[in-house]
Amino acid sequence: MSNLTVSNSTLMLGFVLVLVALVIGYVEKLHIDKDIIVGVIRAIIQLSIVGYILKYVIKANNNWLTFACFAIIVVNASWNAGKRGNGIPKAFQSSLLAIFVGTTVTLTTLVLTGSIKFVPEQIVPVTGMIASNIMVAIGLCYRNMKQTFTDRHQQVLEKLALGADIKLASLDILQDSIRSGMQPTIDSIKTLGLVSLPGMMSGLIFAGVDPVKAIKYQIMITFMLLASTGIGSIISCYLGYKQFFNERKQLKNELIS
Amino acid sequence: MEKVFEVKHLSYQIGETKILKDINLNIEKGKYVTVVGPSGSGKSTLMRILASMISPTSGDVLFNGQPITSFDPMQYRQRVSYAFQQPTLFGKTVKDNLQFPFEVRKKDFDESLVKKYLEMVNLNESYITKSVNDVSGGEKQRIALIRNLIFPPEVLITDEVTAGLDAENKAIVHKMLNEFNKRGLTILRVTHDETEIDDAQNLITIKNGEVANV
Repeated sequence: MSNLTVSNSTLMLGFVLVLVALVIGYVEKLHIDKDIIVGVIRAIIQLSIVGYILKYVIKANNNWLTFACFAIIVVNASWNAGKRGNGIPKAFQSSLLAIFVGTTVTLTTLVLTGSIKFVPEQIVPVTGMIASNIMVAIGLCYRNMKQTFTDRHQQVLEKLALGADIKLASLDILQDSIRSGMQPTIDSIKTLGLVSLPGMMSGLIFAGVDPVKAIKYQIMITFMLLASTGIGSIISCYLGYKQFFNERKQLKNELIS
Repeated sequence: MEKVFEVKHLSYQIGETKILKDINLNIEKGKYVTVVGPSGSGKSTLMRILASMISPTSGDVLFNGQPITSFDPMQYRQRVSYAFQQPTLFGKTVKDNLQFPFEVRKKDFDESLVKKYLEMVNLNESYITKSVNDVSGGEKQRIALIRNLIFPPEVLITDEVTAGLDAENKAIVHKMLNEFNKRGLTILRVTHDETEIDDAQNLITIKNGEVANV
């Protein structure tokens, strides 16, 4: 770890990079200076708190504390994913179930296969990685679902009018939405190593781990993200599309923008 | 005569806007009823309520003497089918559309039956494999009507299905609907077409959300 040399003073110097972003915003009149400053302050505070909490959790090595971290990450990710539901009823509850199941299934598989150990320094960061990916996937699923229900509402109405169940009437929307949630993960897999050296792999190489060993971890992470975004997208979409219909299997007009 | 629909004190409003006001009417089984009225008078809303596509704010609709809310919506819509003014065709080919009613009923696609229906609307069997982008507006409407009628419902509600069609296409649609009506299908058609109104035997006029005459 001796080659990691980020100190408080180097961080201060690195702050120059934030000024670059601020200058661009000012020169181009983008009105994003406030967002940048708030974002940077939040990032510093949040990461500092998380750094100290993680230090404590790793040192304590207590199962309950590890579970608590897992729960906090899952609930937070679900809350953010729910907000992206943009009016879809029960978006938080659906996201919570999707993220909880997606994260639990993937983590359990990784632990049972011996890919990672049930220790806080491995469980907490991997939970964060999985939950944040599912969160992004669910956000994309919801956005796509709302848009396609709006664009294709006439087709949905016609299918319902022919006696179709709500699932058959929205099947293509459901498939498109699940695909849209998984697509970024699939796309990023295709360019792994060619375009991006992802966080996990970069972190290990930074920490002095043999790159050949680091790629094994990255491959594992890739499998993990593929499974978790798939599970998360399917659960959130299957729960989400039902919200577009009332109990008489009629399309809710208020959700079609 | 047996009533297929009994509409009792039916109202529908969106927010403060009253679209239908205390509608009362009966539709007899096997009739070909023409519903007319100015645009925005509430005709289509009434038809959509009868098709269970939307629910009324208040009042009752009885279908064969039973409240429509007592039926499973899917089963009900297979018995009371609604045809749209400008239908969209699903999927990629005409077959995707003609297959849909079979999918709904979890039945195998019956190509010979489909060919019979295509003939009925002057389309040959080559249309089955055609792309949905290669059919004209009139052909689209005829294919859409097959979707509604291939498993004959008890009631067919048509919402200006002949609007925008040329004389030839209109005649084909009229012939098909008349044939089904002779076989016992109750038809409720919303129209603005002068000739259709002139030919109408049972006319209902809706004005400002109320029944003006039956």
